[in-house]
Amino acid sequence: MDKLVKLRYWWFALSLLIIIPGLVSLAIFGLRLGIDFSGGALWDIQFVERAPGQLDTERIRTIFAAQGFEGALVQLTESQVDGRTVASAVVRSRSLSETDPESQRQRVLSALSNEYGQVNQQSLQSVGATVSAESTRSAVIAVIAACVAILVYLTLAFRRAPHPVRYGICAILAMIHDVVLVLGIASILGVVIGMEVDALFLTALLTVISFSVHDTIVVFDRIRENLINRRPTETFDDIVNHSIVQTLPRSVNTQLTTFFTLMALILFGGESIRNLVLILLIGLISGTYSSIFNAAQLLVVWENREWNRWFRRGAQPGAEAPAT
Amino acid sequence: MRSRDIYSFIFILLIAGIALSIVFAPEGRWLFNRNVSVRLGLDLRGGTQVLLRAAEPVERSIMQTAAGVIERRINGLGVAESVVQLSGDDRLIVEIPGIDNPEQAIETLRGTGKLEFIDTRGEFLAPGTIVRTTGSPNPIALRPTATVTGTEEITSTEATSPTVPEGPIYESITDGKDIDLNSVQPPQIAGQSLQNQFAVPFAFTGESARRLEQFTAANIQRPMCIVLDNQVFSCPVVQAALVGGRGEITTSTRQDAEQIYTQLKYGALPVPLQVESSRTVSASLGQGSVDASIVAGLVGLLTVALFMILFYRLPGFLATVALLLYTLISFALYQLIPVTLTLPGIAGFILSIGVAVDANVLIFARLKEELRRGRSLNASIDAAFVEAWPAIRDSSVATLITCTILFMFGNTFGVSLIKGFALTLGLGILLSLFTSMVVTRTFLHAINPLPFAQNPWLYELKDAPGMRHAREAA
Repeated sequence: MDKLVKLRYWWFALSLLIIIPGLVSLAIFGLRLGIDFSGGALWDIQFVERAPGQLDTERIRTIFAAQGFEGALVQLTESQVDGRTVASAVVRSRSLSETDPESQRQRVLSALSNEYGQVNQQSLQSVGATVSAESTRSAVIAVIAACVAILVYLTLAFRRAPHPVRYGICAILAMIHDVVLVLGIASILGVVIGMEVDALFLTALLTVISFSVHDTIVVFDRIRENLINRRPTETFDDIVNHSIVQTLPRSVNTQLTTFFTLMALILFGGESIRNLVLILLIGLISGTYSSIFNAAQLLVVWENREWNRWFRRGAQPGAEAPAT
Repeated sequence: MRSRDIYSFIFILLIAGIALSIVFAPEGRWLFNRNVSVRLGLDLRGGTQVLLRAAEPVERSIMQTAAGVIERRINGLGVAESVVQLSGDDRLIVEIPGIDNPEQAIETLRGTGKLEFIDTRGEFLAPGTIVRTTGSPNPIALRPTATVTGTEEITSTEATSPTVPEGPIYESITDGKDIDLNSVQPPQIAGQSLQNQFAVPFAFTGESARRLEQFTAANIQRPMCIVLDNQVFSCPVVQAALVGGRGEITTSTRQDAEQIYTQLKYGALPVPLQVESSRTVSASLGQGSVDASIVAGLVGLLTVALFMILFYRLPGFLATVALLLYTLISFALYQLIPVTLTLPGIAGFILSIGVAVDANVLIFARLKEELRRGRSLNASIDAAFVEAWPAIRDSSVATLITCTILFMFGNTFGVSLIKGFALTLGLGILLSLFTSMVVTRTFLHAINPLPFAQNPWLYELKDAPGMRHAREAA
C-alpha cells in the first residue's frame, strides 16, 4: 500500500492501455450518432401476430422504402404483450416530413399491417435537421462550460493550499481521462453492439464528469489537510500516498454502493435507459480510478517537475501519460 | 441528548410528518387544495411531444397568438394536463399526454384553419385539390420538398424556402379572419343523400360578408369553391345572393367534421406550422417503464441498505433510516414543486441515493478514525462531521454545477429529456446534504447516551479506548 505513488507510471500505462484502443476506434469509426444529434426517425413497432424469428429485416426495409424511407436500418427485437412474447422491430429512418408527418406515418403503419397483421407503434421519435444541429451545438457548449466552471470552483476551493491552480488542472486532466475513455468505449460499443450516442449518453457523460471531480476532490481534500499538518520528514510523495490510503476505504465503499444501484437499474430498470446506466457504470469506475491513480499522481509528477527527467533518461513507461 | 439535538430531532419528525402527509395526501390534494399528485412524464404515461415551427419568418407576438389558438383548441378537445409553450422566437412545444391517437390530435391542433370562398372563374374544382389563393398564395403543400435519397445527410432547411409554386392564383372573396366564431356549430348530419354527410356551419361577418354578398349577387348559377387551408372542399353553384355570409363545410366522416370544427371554432392560426420534431410513446410502453423503475428503485435501495448495515453496523443502520427519510422527502418534493417524473429523472433519483450514501460513508470513515484515536463517542461524532464537511461541500458544489449546466442544456428542445435527470439529481444533492449533515448527526447523538451504543463492535472496531473510559465511568 505504501508503493501506490511509486508505481505511478504503471498506473498511467494501465490508463493508456484502455484509452488507446478507444482512441483508435474513435479515429477509424467515430461515434455512432443517434437521431438526437444526427436527425432522423426512430420507430419502435410491435408485431402482435408474429412470434420472434418470423420477421425479415430485408422485407421491412423494402416496405419502408416503398413509403419513401429509403435506406432504413432495421433491428429485430422482442417484447411482451399480455405475457406473450412477440416480435418487435426498431427501425431508424430519415425524419418524417415537416409538412405532413401524420399521413406518412399512417401509410407506413398500414403497409406494415397489410404484410404482418396487427402492428402497434410503441414509440416514434422524429428529429429534424435543424433541431439535431442545435442539440449538437449545445452539447459541445455544455461539456466545455462544465469543465470551465469546475476548474474555476476547484481553484477557489483550494486557494489556501500551495499552487491552487495545480489542483484544478490535475482534476481536469483526470476528468479528460474519463471523458476520453468513455467516448472511446462508446465508439467501440457502437461498432460491436451498435450502441448509439444520444441525449441520454450525453447526460451520462456529464454525470461522469461531475462524479469524477467528486472523487478527485475527496482525495485532494485529504492531501490539502495532510499538507497543513506536514511533518518535516515527510516528502510530498509520502503525503500523497498516505492520503490515498486514507481515502481508499471511502472510495471503494462509495463505488460499491453506486455500483449496486446502477446494477439494479441495468437488471430491472427497463430497456430505454440501459445504455445510460451502462455508460454511467463504466464512467464511474473510471472516475474513481482516475482520481486515485491519475489526479493525485499527477500532483506528484508536477511537484517533482518530472518532465525534466523524461527527456534526459529517455522514454519511460507511460511517458506521455500527463496528456491523458 | 443536548437540547440542540432535541430541537433538531423534533424538526426532523416535523419534516417527516409533512412529507408523509404530502405523499399520502388523499386524492392528491394537500393544503389549500393544492394538487400534489404524482406527475409522470410522457415517456412514462404515454403521449406525444412535438416541436412546431412557423413555416415562415414571424414575430414573437404572432407566435404568442398561435400559442393561444392552440391552447383553446386543446381545451376544446378536452385533453387534460397538456402543455403549450413558446420556445425561442418561432417555435412552439406542444405536449399531449396519454390519449389514444395523439398524432391525430396534433394534426387537428396544427391545421391553420384558414377558411376561404374563392372565385374560380366558372371552373369546378375537384374536392381535395390544393389551390393557390390571393389570401394564401404559397401553401406549404405545394412547395417543392427536398429530395432525399438513402440515409444521406438531410439538408432540409432549404425545403421551407419560399420558392414560388406552379399553378393559377384564385381570387379570395373572403378573409379567414372575418369568421364569426360564434356561428361555428358542432357537426350536424346533413341528410340530403342516402350517404351520411356531416356539415359544419359557419358565417362570415364584416368586409368578407359584404364582398360575399356582392360576388354571389353577380355570379348566380356559377360555381364558387369553399377552401380550407388551400384544400378545396366543395364547389356549390350559387343559387341566390348570399346575405349574412352563411355557409357550411361538408365532409363524409364525422372525424373529419370534428377536426374542422375544432380548427374553425377557436380561430385560425396566424401562421402555418410545421412539425420539426416529435416523440410519441405508447401508454403500454410507459407503464412497462414505470413498473421496471419501481423494481429497480426498490432493489437498489434494499442492496444499499444491506450493504450499509453489514459494513458500518450501527451507523450504517442509522444511515439507512436517514436514507428512507431521504426517499420520502424526495418524493414529497417531487409532488409539491411539482417535478414531472421521467425515466431519466428516476435514474437521476436512484443515482442520487448513491450520492446520499457517499456523504455518510465519508462521515463514518472519519468517525472510525476518531474512535480509534481514543476520543469518546460524543467527541468523535462532532469531529467526524467537522472534518468530513469540506469534502462533502466541495463535491456537492461540483455536482450541482454540472446539474445546472445539464438543466440549461435541457432547454434545447431536442434533448429536453435531460432536464428531468438534472433536476432530480440536483434536488437529491441538496437534500442529501440535509439528511447526512442533520439527520444522521442527530440520530448519532440520540443514541450516544444509550449504554449499548458504547460498544466498539457496533462501529466495526476491535477497540475504542474512548468508549472503554465511558463504560468504566458508568
